[in-house]
Amino acid sequence: MDDMDEIVQEFLVESHENLDQLDQDLVRLEQEPDSRELLASVFRTIHTIKGTSGFLAYSSLESVTHVGENLLSKLRDGRLELTPQITSALLEMVDAIRSLLGAIEATGTEGDPDHRSLVEKLTSLLEPAVVEAAVTESAPAAPVAETAPAEVIPAEAVTAEAVTREPVTREPVTPEPVTREPVTPGAITEVPAQRSAEPDFMPTGPLLGEVMVNTGRVHPDDVAVAVAEQHLGDQRPLGEILIDHGVTTPQEVSESLEAQSESRRSAADSTIRVDVELLDSLMRLVGELVLTRNQIVQHASTRADTDLVRSSQRLNLIASELQEGVMKTRMQPIDNVWSRLTRVVRDLGLSCGKQVRLEMEGRDTELDKTILEAIKDPLTHCVRNSVDHGIETPEERLAAGKPAEGRLLLRAFHEGGQVNIEIIDDGAGIDPRKVGAKALERGLVTPDQLARMSEREVLLLIFQAGFSTAAAVTNVSGRGVGMDVVKTNVEKIGGTVDVTSVVGRGSTFRIKIPLTLAIIPALTITCAGDRYAIPQVSLVELVRLEAAQTVAGKGIEHISGAPVLRLRGNLLPLVYLDEQLGLPARREEAEAIFIVVLQADDRQFGLVVHEVLDTEEIVVKPLGSQLKGIGVFAGATILGDGAVALILDCLAVAQRANVVHAAGDRTGLERSARSGVESAPVVPLLVVNCGGSRRAAIPLEMVTRLEEFELATIEHVGNHEVVQYRGAILPLVRMSRFLGSFADDTSERLQVVVYSEGGRSVGLVVDAILDITEEVLVASSDLDDHGLLGSAVVQDKITEMLDIRQAILAADPNFYSAGDAAREGAFA
Amino acid sequence: MSTSQFSTFNVGPHLFGIEVENVQEVIRYQPMTRVPLAPASVGGLINLRGQVITAVDLRQRLGMPSRAEGELPMNVVVRTDDGAVSLLVDQIGPVVDARDEDFEAPPETLVGATRYLIRGAYKLEDRLLLALDVQRTVEVSLAPSS
Repeated sequence: MDDMDEIVQEFLVESHENLDQLDQDLVRLEQEPDSRELLASVFRTIHTIKGTSGFLAYSSLESVTHVGENLLSKLRDGRLELTPQITSALLEMVDAIRSLLGAIEATGTEGDPDHRSLVEKLTSLLEPAVVEAAVTESAPAAPVAETAPAEVIPAEAVTAEAVTREPVTREPVTPEPVTREPVTPGAITEVPAQRSAEPDFMPTGPLLGEVMVNTGRVHPDDVAVAVAEQHLGDQRPLGEILIDHGVTTPQEVSESLEAQSESRRSAADSTIRVDVELLDSLMRLVGELVLTRNQIVQHASTRADTDLVRSSQRLNLIASELQEGVMKTRMQPIDNVWSRLTRVVRDLGLSCGKQVRLEMEGRDTELDKTILEAIKDPLTHCVRNSVDHGIETPEERLAAGKPAEGRLLLRAFHEGGQVNIEIIDDGAGIDPRKVGAKALERGLVTPDQLARMSEREVLLLIFQAGFSTAAAVTNVSGRGVGMDVVKTNVEKIGGTVDVTSVVGRGSTFRIKIPLTLAIIPALTITCAGDRYAIPQVSLVELVRLEAAQTVAGKGIEHISGAPVLRLRGNLLPLVYLDEQLGLPARREEAEAIFIVVLQADDRQFGLVVHEVLDTEEIVVKPLGSQLKGIGVFAGATILGDGAVALILDCLAVAQRANVVHAAGDRTGLERSARSGVESAPVVPLLVVNCGGSRRAAIPLEMVTRLEEFELATIEHVGNHEVVQYRGAILPLVRMSRFLGSFADDTSERLQVVVYSEGGRSVGLVVDAILDITEEVLVASSDLDDHGLLGSAVVQDKITEMLDIRQAILAADPNFYSAGDAAREGAFA
Repeated sequence: MSTSQFSTFNVGPHLFGIEVENVQEVIRYQPMTRVPLAPASVGGLINLRGQVITAVDLRQRLGMPSRAEGELPMNVVVRTDDGAVSLLVDQIGPVVDARDEDFEAPPETLVGATRYLIRGAYKLEDRLLLALDVQRTVEVSLAPSS
């Protein structure tokens, strides 16, 4: 019984694999209905399943596959043309097989499924078949009876194994309409005998004729003659005919048969199945080896022993190769996941009445198996989403001047130690206005918040829990769970999701994920005497500021306590690691300041560390449950000298330092969504002084840069003040005049808040920049005054909230109308 | 009459014990990496043959004054539900056979963190052996630590 179980088990594993292939082949077949290769592959798969299920006495499975096989053989013989109905029926058959296999796997029996309607459907599709029977008749090859005796192989050698797999004997393909050596009885007997002599199978190993020709035992011409005789109705196996012709001996034939089966076995034995558990433990061991290697290499470098140094270098090399090798065993092409999507897209396209062409680029891009598993669902959801919401119906597409068939492109490529997966559609795109309206309706944002959001941020709302743009709830998507799950799942494995979209042109979803989770390249730094590792994934660049520079005022500047660095014209917020970790600040004045520029979400920030040490490959070790709650550490690792170093979670550090507002916003949003009551939003503000002692605040999101201009550089266009800025004309508006207060124009230098969007910029001239603050707006009054949205208490002082939109329009009346509709959507 | 075997160690004035089957190993002082922002009773992280494990400082955990400068703790590595955790102790004592009949619930004289962290005491001939509740001890975020 154990042997039986094993056979069943193997059958299940093999069949599941085959079914995935089948899905893909069938969908491809629909596009290339004439591909004999695909048909042959599909037929072969079904045939194998049928053969084995017959042998294992799974009668339902056998009956379903049997009609399927009949249908396929007609297709293959060109007696039937592939229609979408046939493809659908065949796919339905694949599903039925899958569910039967599932039942067998779970219960050991097929259960009591009713597939009669499917069988009937498949049978009815067989009917209109005979149309092109003429084609087969005219084919030069005469049919060969299926029941012909097997080759010289003795009957008892036809073991269960041979039957379950495929017939052992087969013949050369040399002359065009290809012939097949008669097959073993049993496997094929139910197949209608009137089939043509086309091969059931693509050969997986060399044919007997080939073997004999290659070993020089017979002349190719002799084989050709023998094969021709088979065509003409000689039912004897090739070997026998050849012996009969006197061109070879029985001895040689049996030797060749042996060689043939041997080479076949070696093809089957070239891959083995390995338990993933085993690979995981191997991976762990290699991780340890890498660490030990690091230690030895470091140790050896301090010794004068050349032999030790040499062997440690060798060890270094071997360990690296071993690591790479083991990593490779866990790597699988992304196609393993993508291949399922062809079916998803086809079915979905049909049920939505959309025509979708699925294209794939970079299908051989490899990913760690665990990661591949983890992105399967998010990826599937993204693709469903693109078909369901992205691509329009053919009518809509034609009306919009696009081809009726929508294009969905999956692209995968490696970049900087990460894998990028893009899901690109040429559909309707995502309208930020609709997204904004929907988010409002769902209570995900307040109108205030929405007004302050950039177009990008509005688009990102689709990743919020409870968001769905589908007008109607379909069985595909639109249940309000989905894109947020995509985001959570991707983030769980250290990845990010992003979306860009142009209304009317399409959308691109971009998923970035690490190649592997176990071993990552990292930068080691020190802070207050301890070493920390920063994953290079988040690393953008390193900046070293000489002490002299910082003194000259070129370096770190403070906006009322908040440190910032001007980096190529942009303000980079700075975060002191020692401060964030509650560690003592540097006592002595350092000669240089090291800033690690990091990417957290979509923002960059500078992490001020004490020293930058090195980059190395580190093995990520989990932290004990005692330390999980801290949050700013992603794990720990063991450094080359054996010491433990903590790995910084850059995003968490950024959130802790309030550099990334997403988390704060999100909790704020969630809070208001849950309570249904508008709660006071936390808003980062730039506090400025304008018009005497008036304090005013600008949402930080409306600040692109802070600049300083000499009064002398101001020029005039009409009655507008402008300044040349980055090769363009920057219109200025003096906030004090705009607000109608006393204008302090005596200053020689102008403090300007620059806001850019869609390639246009305006400069708001303020008297002084006071502070950047993140405040819960405690109280606000809406004293209706020109240019103000109201006032609020910010840092215990009454502060006016500037109406930036109005101010911008005062500087550039066309600022919003000149852009495309999409951009304006953000403010609608 | 049944007995249990305890691996014993000193922390401050007390003798503590953990059932030997819960003790993975006892090792001398290991250099530790401090963990910023962690609860005070987390002494740091140590490298135990390639495994990173958390060291819980029992003095901190029990609300006792810190060890004097230069006094190095020993590591008692215990098995817990979440893997190995090291307990930093002052001195390692012998393995003691304690009779079950000598067990009593925590004495009334014991208060605060120590009372929370022990299951009870065995009355040995010359002194009391406090049986440590390992799970409670390593859940540093939960209990009173002062």
